[in-house]
Amino acid sequence: MGYFYQINFYIFGLLAIASALAFVTRKSPVAAALWLVNTMFCLSALYIMMDAQFIGAIQVLVYAGAIMVVFLFVVMLLNLGHPSDIADMRGTWGKLIAAGIGVVLLAQILVIQRQRLPRIVPDVEAPRNVITGIAQPLFNEYLLAFEVTSVLLLAAIVGAVLLAKRRG
Amino acid sequence: MEIRAYLPLLLLMGFVIMNAVMMLGLSHLTMRSRPTAVKQSAYESGIPPLGDARERFSVKFYLVAMLFIIFDIETVFMIPWASHYRQLSCAVPLSNGLCPAGNTSFFGLGEMLVFMLILFVGLAYVWKKGALQWD
Amino acid sequence: MHYDLALPSGLMAALVPEIIVVSGAMLLLLWAVWRPESDVHQRNVAIGAAGVTLLAAAAVVYYMVSDASSGPGVIAVDRFRWASDLLFLLATLIAIALSSDFSKREGITTAESHVLILLATSGMMLLAAARDLIILFLGIELMSISVYVLAGLYRRSARASEAALKYFLLGAFSTGFLLYGIALVYGAAGSTNFTDIGRVVSERGFGALPMLQIGLALLVVGFAFKIGAAPFHMWTPDVYEGAPTPYTAYMAAGVKAAAFAAFIRVWLEAFPGTIEFGPPYKVLWWLAVATMVIGNVVALAQKNVKRLLAYSSIAHAGYILVGVLVATPLGASAFLFYLVAYTLATMGAFAVVIALEEVGERNQNVQDYAGLWRVRPWLAIAMAVFMLALLGFPIAGGMGFFAKWYILQAALDRSQFYLSVYLVLTSVVSAGYYLSVVMVMFMRPRAEGAPLPSRVPRATGIVIAATAVVLLVFGIFPSPVLRFARDNTITIAPPSAAASPRAGALVPAANSH
Repeated sequence: MGYFYQINFYIFGLLAIASALAFVTRKSPVAAALWLVNTMFCLSALYIMMDAQFIGAIQVLVYAGAIMVVFLFVVMLLNLGHPSDIADMRGTWGKLIAAGIGVVLLAQILVIQRQRLPRIVPDVEAPRNVITGIAQPLFNEYLLAFEVTSVLLLAAIVGAVLLAKRRG
Repeated sequence: MEIRAYLPLLLLMGFVIMNAVMMLGLSHLTMRSRPTAVKQSAYESGIPPLGDARERFSVKFYLVAMLFIIFDIETVFMIPWASHYRQLSCAVPLSNGLCPAGNTSFFGLGEMLVFMLILFVGLAYVWKKGALQWD
Repeated sequence: MHYDLALPSGLMAALVPEIIVVSGAMLLLLWAVWRPESDVHQRNVAIGAAGVTLLAAAAVVYYMVSDASSGPGVIAVDRFRWASDLLFLLATLIAIALSSDFSKREGITTAESHVLILLATSGMMLLAAARDLIILFLGIELMSISVYVLAGLYRRSARASEAALKYFLLGAFSTGFLLYGIALVYGAAGSTNFTDIGRVVSERGFGALPMLQIGLALLVVGFAFKIGAAPFHMWTPDVYEGAPTPYTAYMAAGVKAAAFAAFIRVWLEAFPGTIEFGPPYKVLWWLAVATMVIGNVVALAQKNVKRLLAYSSIAHAGYILVGVLVATPLGASAFLFYLVAYTLATMGAFAVVIALEEVGERNQNVQDYAGLWRVRPWLAIAMAVFMLALLGFPIAGGMGFFAKWYILQAALDRSQFYLSVYLVLTSVVSAGYYLSVVMVMFMRPRAEGAPLPSRVPRATGIVIAATAVVLLVFGIFPSPVLRFARDNTITIAPPSAAASPRAGALVPAANSH
């Protein structure tokens, strides 16, 4: 651990928060989406620092890559045009509610911070292969979940095609 | 894994950011700005631009992107499977990274085959439906 | 039969009904797309889907009769699961029949809708089985995604597209709550398995685990969205009104029942006795009361029949929540009985709505039903039965009366006096809108120049007749259904010593790196 870890934690943590703030305050949806990509990258760096390298890689691959592409597509499909035209919930009430939710979330983090968590989650000794920690439970204990995921993806395929395919 | 192993990656990232800032910053500092209407128009390979860039995209792009994500996620599941395959195809724990003789199991192969079969049905559906064709 | 869920073969054997539904859906999907779209083909696929449903129901009955049981694992093998499965399969069968008729009338030739219904059903069946938060989540997602698409399938209608989008966005939002809750519960309990969570809760005490409390609160919010409990019910009327009517019926009966089946299992198995009468109990209490009051009062102002039924379904979510709150053996069997009666009456009522709609989904206002008794007496009688059943009227309301009676009895048995008072008072309020539909049909004259309703399509007619007759017959002889509910009620499993199969159970001692 030590300073190297701490410095990196603060760099990426603050960058993630700053990008998230930029994401919700930008007027242009495309700019907002790109700030979200940056948040995802910073989160992935934090995952890697927590020894969750696989999750970090997937975070970049799926969230920052694929899902953001679709996000941008939707933005462009809707052709939102000039940012000032967009009516959104940035009125006083929207801000108040958002602030309230923010306070609740902060309080929640404080509550969780203060309690001493039981060490129920076993401290797995870091395996040689970083993926083993994921693969071992995924393909054994969560075998059913793994297979059901493919059925879920199948339903998503059918749904996407049915809704987006123009009748020929 | 030791976090210091990522030091080169971090250095590379810092180098890239610095490089980008330097290139943009230096050119910004050294340039002389004499804007004219022609210079400020959007560059369209020398052809006068036609209309606005904010055009509505076809919904077909969305379908392609959506299908890309779904099959992308399928691949994501295959990475841990492949890296863990040696153990998954062995009924007992590996010793020295090898499966003791006579303990081969088809469990790992089977579960991935089922997974892929289900998604293959999806692929066949998409194909037959013509969603992979542009027109 | 005893199934060892730690073995892949045992797990597969315990999941045969789900496997039948999923593989049937896959085969039908390929068949649906391999032939050019046409109405005849759409009907054939619907018949195939109905066949798959019946096959799965046969498998479920086999498990029920063979008294299957299992060791610890990610799914439950108990009678409550089989009873819920039968209920979902019944809703599925009815939805497929209605959807086929609806597609024919509206000129929709996509046969995949029936496949999506089957996929949603497999999600529901997983929900009834889930004994693991991950499986629970996947079941909810599988069910929800299929139903979002069904709601938006009718793309020519702007209302349907709006409904689908609203449903999708709010559904995704609620899924976020659910997932966050799951993560916090896992963080606090160290396991996603209900049995393990239940053991941690009873050993360490619910009050000592703030993270678990927040997790449960978020889980309740997520479930409240799915069952449409106030104040998380806002999406229900718009979505139910906009979605194509057969899928509205499926949502109101199937999706709601599945969310309830999953919720009662989480509530009883993962958070057993220790939290009884604690803060979570009070939260759920207020949720039930708010849902009953808001659903019934706002329903009074509705003019569109689908919206009226939507608010009625919100109100019924409140009544069923009472059943969850008093989940003693008596309460749990009342809960199951109520789900059966509610599914039949709701499906039947929506079938009548489909029969009276015209192309383009017109004729959905209560006023359009004026004088129905003169032109379509049987339809009017059937609709009256469904309305009275939802109201809980004796004899003419069939099973509906006993459903409400048993819930009330269970609540009083648990000395939940105020809850019972709210239940009775809001039921009295509900007479205001249920009876007004009946009055309009029987006492108002038919509007001048109103065209005769078109002929009722065959499958829809069979559904209406069958649900009405079943409601009435079991309203006079309720004991078989009551016995069914009593025999298949969910029982609280005492936290057993054996843990769930942990990592390495399949490949023993694999963490030997």
